[in-house]
Amino acid sequence: MSAPFLSQAFKENAVDALANVELQRALGHVERGFIQKRQKAVDALPEFDALRHEARAIKDHTLSHLDLYLEAFEGKARQAGAEVHWAETAADAREAVLSICRRVGAKTVTKGKSMISEEIGLNAFLEKSEIKPIETDLGEYIIQLRGEPPSHIIAPAVHVNRDQVEADFRRVHTHLDPKRDLADPVSLLSEARATLRDMFLAADVGITGANFLVAETGSSVIVTNEGNGDLTQILPRVHIVLASIEKVVPTLEDVSTLLRVLARSATGQELSVYTTFSTGRRRPGDEDGPEETHVILLDNGRSEMLANEFREMLRCIRCGACMNHCPIYHAIGGHAYGATYVGPMGAVLAPGLFGLENTANLPNASTFCGRCESVCPVEIPLPKLMRHWREREYERHLKPAAERNGLRIWAFLARRPKLYRLATRIGLKALHPFGRRRGRFSSLPLAGGWTGHRDMPAPAKTSFIDQWKARS
Amino acid sequence: MSPENTEHTTASKPRVGLFATCLVDLFRPQVGFAAIKLIEASGCCVEVPENQTCCGQPAYNSGDRSDAAAIAKQVIAIFEDYDYVVVPSGSCAAMIARHYPELFDDAYWARRAMALSAKTYELTAFLYDVMGVRDVEAAFAGNVTYHDACSGLRELNVRDQPRELLKTVDGLAFTELKDADVCCGFGGTFCVKYPEISNAIVTKKTAAIAGSEADTLVAGDLGCLMNMAGKLQREGKHVHARHVAEVLAGMADSPAIGEAE
Ligand code: SF4
Repeated sequence: MSAPFLSQAFKENAVDALANVELQRALGHVERGFIQKRQKAVDALPEFDALRHEARAIKDHTLSHLDLYLEAFEGKARQAGAEVHWAETAADAREAVLSICRRVGAKTVTKGKSMISEEIGLNAFLEKSEIKPIETDLGEYIIQLRGEPPSHIIAPAVHVNRDQVEADFRRVHTHLDPKRDLADPVSLLSEARATLRDMFLAADVGITGANFLVAETGSSVIVTNEGNGDLTQILPRVHIVLASIEKVVPTLEDVSTLLRVLARSATGQELSVYTTFSTGRRRPGDEDGPEETHVILLDNGRSEMLANEFREMLRCIRCGACMNHCPIYHAIGGHAYGATYVGPMGAVLAPGLFGLENTANLPNASTFCGRCESVCPVEIPLPKLMRHWREREYERHLKPAAERNGLRIWAFLARRPKLYRLATRIGLKALHPFGRRRGRFSSLPLAGGWTGHRDMPAPAKTSFIDQWKARS
Repeated sequence: MSPENTEHTTASKPRVGLFATCLVDLFRPQVGFAAIKLIEASGCCVEVPENQTCCGQPAYNSGDRSDAAAIAKQVIAIFEDYDYVVVPSGSCAAMIARHYPELFDDAYWARRAMALSAKTYELTAFLYDVMGVRDVEAAFAGNVTYHDACSGLRELNVRDQPRELLKTVDGLAFTELKDADVCCGFGGTFCVKYPEISNAIVTKKTAAIAGSEADTLVAGDLGCLMNMAGKLQREGKHVHARHVAEVLAGMADSPAIGEAE
């Protein structure tokens, strides 16, 4: 049994991440770079907000007829010679990949960047089955060498710095001259290219994800900046597309609208460097293309989300803008979340895919500042959806007892104004003498979470309401 | 003050219910008095219902919908007869104006929540947008910077109103804060549930504040202010923190937040 990366030690991970100097330096680039680039692109397109509404409407429409569009996609893809496999669970999807690989006797598979592959833990599973997966996206390649999960959905190695990449390359590329000069980042890039070129040619199967599936044509669409995805799907004899069911949209026209908001929100580009449409397998007379094409459609909890209060999450087009603008992500990076999907989108998606009991910290670790929602190209109300997870957590009694009890006592009082007045009067009377001299506390019993890092202003001697009553 | 609003007779003056918020009630009563002064000067009469407690945010954001709804019903019943409800806090105002309507499935309470929502405002937005206040009669000698508390900014579009009003205070110099729209790390119970993360976020905020020219930090939410003031003081940074209402009302002569008398 293979499973995706999942850690429940969110709080410990976060503390470690905050103390990790190299990570903190890398996160500084996210905080500045991505935000500025997106802002510039948005400022240059006055109709950007109108486009966001349109993008949202396309996804909402598709989601309310998802079964029809999936069937239409399946029909068209089959007509074009692709085989379509339905996978209800992560295990089903892994098995589908494995049985194709086994049937064609595959030893190596090249892979374009695919978050679904991460979600189902495909690499570890293939390795166990003695099939060698090779990531061809530079970022994915780097984290594969390091044995790490991605820390960002569009920039999987954003936590890694140049020196670390050099060290990894020297460690793994032992067939090369140990004295070679890798000081220039470009030399790292060419070394990766050269290494990967041989792999592309040796691979029996190429696996890619899909940014979109097009119902009217049966095509899958990927966007990349490196072109590695194209080689992955064209060179090997067999091409497998791994996609989750909410990736389908009705028409090519819809894809073009979504592409306009996707690239701008993700990297501030007008369009990614490569946008590749592939439809079915190689036809007689085609110069290249795979002899076999498979599309694996993964559900893995999504049908359930479609029917409940989390449906809006399925609009997500995986641009990464929400994490790029998230103060929590800026502070701790992606790995601390302990799940394939990170940042605000991960905080909503991960509990749906991997179980709330395994991911309960994620929707709680948010200040609800709302910056994610304000930049999301498909207007997903991420804070509201995180709150819905907290509601389920509360209903299912998953919250720690101390928090639950504290909340109960407070709510009990807040609902009884007379008692509340009395209790606060007593509280103020007790606290005021201690805080009066300095106007604040530097430590307070039961408030260590606050006073561990900052002073606590002293409360008033008499509450506002009591003072007001005394005056009037 | 805008002249058309000062000419109301008492009978025709809008009746405003002040929702003071639990933090102002317990930690900083002068914000309540400053708010009253500002609302009255804008041409309204103000009442402070004494059975108010809290808006219910702690329950709502902790996933406890039933307590949140019970508290919301209480607030609705207390405040629904006023012409307006004004709140010196963006997040508590947003709780009432944006979230109360989402709390109820039954049409009867949903309708009452909607009605209250439509007349509930954050203080500076009420003064500027509803009452048309364009300048205040106040003086403040100091260089002030403003932090946009998240809920007010993103849920209620409170951005220009406090800045415009602050700029009319005599003697006040205004400095824009770098990343003013980025969260301060308070987040209600977040700051005690995830203290290290909250600390990392507020540390960036206090660095931006200390790096500005300002000697005074103002904001419209007491929770965020207590967080930032507490951090500034822990770090020994000499910037005073005050609620925007105190400065606008000319009532900024008492000790700043967390400072001794
Ligand atoms: S939730 Fe929105 S902002 Fe975040 S990745 Fe998805 S589409 Fe992008």
